[in-house]
Amino acid sequence: MAGEKLNLVDVVPEKQEGPSFKRISDFIDFIKKELKPRGNIATPFNLISLPIMLLGYVLIVLRLAYGLGQPITNLNQQYPWGLWIGFDVVTGVAFAGGAYVLCFIVYILRVEKYHAIIRATVLNGFLAYLFYAGAIVLDIGRWWNIYNPMIGNDFGVNAVMFLVAWHFFLYMLAELVEFSPAIAEWLGLRRLRKILGIMTLGAVVFGITLSTLHQSGLGALMMMAKSKIHPLWYTEFIPILYFVSSIFAGLSMVIFEGSITHKVFSYQVDASHHEHYNDILVGLARICSVAMFGYFFLKVLLVVHEHAVQYINSPMGYWWLFEVIGFILVPCFLFASGAQQRNMAMIKFAAIITMVGIILNRLNYTFLAYNWYVPLSEKYWPSWIELIITASIILTEVWAFRWMVNRMPVLKAPPAWAVEKEH
Amino acid sequence: MDRRTFLKIFGSGVAGATTGNLLSPGRSFAKGDLSGQEFNGILVDTTRCIGCRRCEKACAEVNGLPIPDISESKNEDVLKEPRNTSDTQYTVITKYETEKGTIFVPKRCMHCNQPGCAAACLVKAMKKRPTGHVTWDSNCIGCRLCMISCPFDIPKFEYNKAMPRIQKCNLCYERFKKGELPGCVEACPTGALMSGSRRQILEEGKRRISDNPDKYVDHIYGEYEVGGTSHLYLSAVPFEQIGFRKDLGTVAYPEYSTGFLFAVPFIFVLWPLAMLGINRATKKSKEDEGHHEEHHNEKGKH
Repeated sequence: MAGEKLNLVDVVPEKQEGPSFKRISDFIDFIKKELKPRGNIATPFNLISLPIMLLGYVLIVLRLAYGLGQPITNLNQQYPWGLWIGFDVVTGVAFAGGAYVLCFIVYILRVEKYHAIIRATVLNGFLAYLFYAGAIVLDIGRWWNIYNPMIGNDFGVNAVMFLVAWHFFLYMLAELVEFSPAIAEWLGLRRLRKILGIMTLGAVVFGITLSTLHQSGLGALMMMAKSKIHPLWYTEFIPILYFVSSIFAGLSMVIFEGSITHKVFSYQVDASHHEHYNDILVGLARICSVAMFGYFFLKVLLVVHEHAVQYINSPMGYWWLFEVIGFILVPCFLFASGAQQRNMAMIKFAAIITMVGIILNRLNYTFLAYNWYVPLSEKYWPSWIELIITASIILTEVWAFRWMVNRMPVLKAPPAWAVEKEH
Repeated sequence: MDRRTFLKIFGSGVAGATTGNLLSPGRSFAKGDLSGQEFNGILVDTTRCIGCRRCEKACAEVNGLPIPDISESKNEDVLKEPRNTSDTQYTVITKYETEKGTIFVPKRCMHCNQPGCAAACLVKAMKKRPTGHVTWDSNCIGCRLCMISCPFDIPKFEYNKAMPRIQKCNLCYERFKKGELPGCVEACPTGALMSGSRRQILEEGKRRISDNPDKYVDHIYGEYEVGGTSHLYLSAVPFEQIGFRKDLGTVAYPEYSTGFLFAVPFIFVLWPLAMLGINRATKKSKEDEGHHEEHHNEKGKH
């Protein structure tokens, strides 16, 4: 924790005991202190990201003031959904899938090996929902009505979107509960920490169920676009494809994010964990490889099942092959051989290709292979404002993640008083 | 809102999100009304349409939209281009050159018997009324899934407004309640548009085809397409020549998502049970647990 502006007397008890609040003002002082930036502010990352974020916020205000039309977004009557839904929300949620997969492995299957990365993953998942799924506020045209499906004005209980909206909301709460022990440790709230620890299993079970349903539900949203999505992508099993792909999309994100955070925050991680970390990566690569092989098999099977093979020898068919071979089959083998050879670089490379493939796949459903018969000149492409706002949301999430990792026991060991039997 | 109301609403929301689909899968869009009320619609006879655009003007007047110039010279210009309804035009006439000469086709919302837009809506802003009208309400959140779910690309969004609405023909629902004809039907000088209950206009369409087998193709567009629509079309030429898609199928659009929705309650019940079961089954015995704890404390990590 370089550059921490605390005197030593403060630091020592805090590390051991956590802060103690006798009065409300103590709590406010503590939060004030924690809100201050730590370390060197003028880092290259900050200098690049801050202007983008600020520009993004200005553009967000303009979007709310002027609506979604040109020049804010390039959305039009033929392409109601673009980058904000296709990338920020739908892809963002797939990338956040690592949290439910790891929770299943660690809390349900009790594979202790992966316990070390669970907090960072759950925090990432939670922030992804908060920011990326939160970006839906910008995209929905009548955002001041966003609470309508929650308060019963009106409940469209038979709509897939209703299910997705509620599941987003409930899953965020579940992930908050899963992560909350770290917040309690940060604040030194021992009794609360104990209660929250007990709630973890319930939140995990509920969270995985919600994830299963809304990861697939995002695919089910496209079911009624049957006449618009290219037959190579449209199948009645889109929900299953979305669910299966969220497994390796999420784990690839865990590998990608983990390899960055372990570099940036390496001083927080103890040596034994560093050694152990490669084992974790190899394990995750194996899971990805198997899941991707299953997914590849499903993709091919469904094209045959839907009688869409005839479309392979066409421009859209080449685009489909590009996605399925280049971004599913290739990384599938890279994961397998990277795990076999314990080649971390290869595993990380495979994770990046996989993530690009997931982005392509989700954008195919929202606009690339959507209304595929529309001539290229009339197609939707994101405007620069859409891109800047998206970048600004991602960077804000990274800032929030960094702030929390620097203060709460996410990568670093929890305080001694909190280490106890959890299951 | 007091706490009790809040809990009640919140509770029913949660219940809806979890089990609502089991209780009433696919019932929110009227499949016909038990009271015997029939869907209403319009029969569009494209052989009678002369492309005068009076329906467009009447529609704009009734719905407070920008009034189009429908002078003959203007019409000639406008009809050169392929046209589509927009956020300021609920109905438009498009001109098609076909094997039987020029044909004019007025297009607007088809008022499907089971509309995809209504099934897609998470707040029931898009609704199929028991009278057959598909209408839009201002509790809409603007997610635009109705636009994606419409096989005819009818709902249009006001992109250039800070407080946008979804715009489309509502079959003059307000006028219907007052006992008046839809604006377009009232304005049509040639009888190309005829309103009535779906049964009446379907019978009339069939009668016209059987009385004039040489004049019409033997098909009423909308009788079976996407599960049936309340707007029905007659044509002298095959429908693909006048801009109608023949690949939409006869399955009602909401049916495409029922497979997923049926699975929801099962997953909601079976998943937690399976996971709790696995969690219990993988619990280590006491001796292992002790060993395990030691190992943990050594590393000082959890």
